[in-house]
Amino acid sequence: MGLELYLDLLSQPCRAVYIFAKKNGIPFELRPVEIFKGQLVSKDFSQINSLCKVPALKDGDFILSESTAILIYLSCKYPTADHWYPSNLQARARIHEYLGWHADCIRGTFGVPFWTQVLAPLIGVHLPEEKVQRNRAAMDRALQQLEDKFLRDQAFLTGQHVTLADLMALEELIQPVAVGFDLFEGRPKLAAWRERLEAFLGTDLCQEARGLILNILEQAANKKIPDPAPEVYPYMLLRISRIP
Amino acid sequence: MGLELYLDLLSASCRAVYIFVKKNSIPFDFQFVDLLKGHHHSKEYIEINPLKKLPSLKDGRFILSESVAILFYLCRKYSTPSHWYPPDLHTRARVDEFMAWQHTAIQLPMSRILWIKMLIPRITGEEVPAEKTEQMLTEVRTNMQLFEEKFLQDKMFITGDHISLADLVALVEMMQPMGGNYNVFLNSSRLAEWRMRVELAIGSGLFWEAHDRLMKLAEWDCSTLDPMVKEKICELLQKFR
Repeated sequence: MGLELYLDLLSQPCRAVYIFAKKNGIPFELRPVEIFKGQLVSKDFSQINSLCKVPALKDGDFILSESTAILIYLSCKYPTADHWYPSNLQARARIHEYLGWHADCIRGTFGVPFWTQVLAPLIGVHLPEEKVQRNRAAMDRALQQLEDKFLRDQAFLTGQHVTLADLMALEELIQPVAVGFDLFEGRPKLAAWRERLEAFLGTDLCQEARGLILNILEQAANKKIPDPAPEVYPYMLLRISRIP
Repeated sequence: MGLELYLDLLSASCRAVYIFVKKNSIPFDFQFVDLLKGHHHSKEYIEINPLKKLPSLKDGRFILSESVAILFYLCRKYSTPSHWYPPDLHTRARVDEFMAWQHTAIQLPMSRILWIKMLIPRITGEEVPAEKTEQMLTEVRTNMQLFEEKFLQDKMFITGDHISLADLVALVEMMQPMGGNYNVFLNSSRLAEWRMRVELAIGSGLFWEAHDRLMKLAEWDCSTLDPMVKEKICELLQKFR
């Protein structure tokens, strides 16, 4: 059995891993995991990843979670172009610098609109307006910092070439866009970066990765999203309670 | 001007960097940026890091923030012993995996305990609602358990027989609640033993030197707190309501 990637393409980090593997022609078996059907908390999956999270990688007996770690592993193990995770000391440091900041300021924040508008209502939870506004403000601050500290006058987030940092950022920023919050509007610099990046990755590949998430609003409107499995309720309630 | 490190040892991320450079005898200039006095908001420091966060590294004209990035940079630049960040693909991936997981699973909740148990009550005179406190403590207990079962298991250290950056980062973060007299190691002898092992591998002298400011936090006269910092803390309390 070759490389297996356990992914739910509704999830931002899963899409980053998917796009990276496809773009670099890395052969893998896609193991779709549907979070809201309770598959993460199933006994089968917890044997794959005791942290019960996606994305997860299985390479023979070696199991790895955390999208950052997976992307670095794939960059190093397979013949991928150097620009993704350059061997140059300072260039590589810039990527880790971005990923550290991303973990605190992007991850968790940009997923909130999806929770607010699509997921929480599925289990009858409505977020107070105060929290929605707080999240908007947090996204605004993060986007400003993304432009001022990372992108600046460069083509991409850590320099003149596409890196793992750009991929992680892009899929997080797409999440609110998929539920109708176009955060690129009024931000021409970021919009230009997105265009450059998607041109590099290929629009077909981006569309392929985002098939699920881009249709979600339509499905929600037509009440076509299945109710989450009861086993997932605790996880969903916990996640919602963490929204500041 | 050689390597400069902008630090306040109250911060776990700063302690990781400090311990690492001292342990590996990397020469550097300690630039103290006093968090309690709000010096991270000063004009001088904003030039170093406009995000106003610690730690920062300045190596000639190269400025770098984020402790994990700094640790990886120092490892490579100063060719520190390979056990800190092992070159083997799988072992290194484990370190990367832990470093990614710890941001939300360990660093954030551990730092929150200190805020909830000590800093917020001390500064604002108000307690954080018990429900929120309990929620935070439950999260910490759950994540400590995950840490033990998934990352440490029955090994001496996270990657096996030797200390790595992962152990260093894990431990300094788990020490944060000690500033508020809360000891997260009480429930598991395996974790307590690991804690001791990491301390000894670092050297108890260096370890406790790095934690001195944190351990003395209870003695801090908070009337000297910078008003801007105090305002931010009152804002923080809002989020817990």
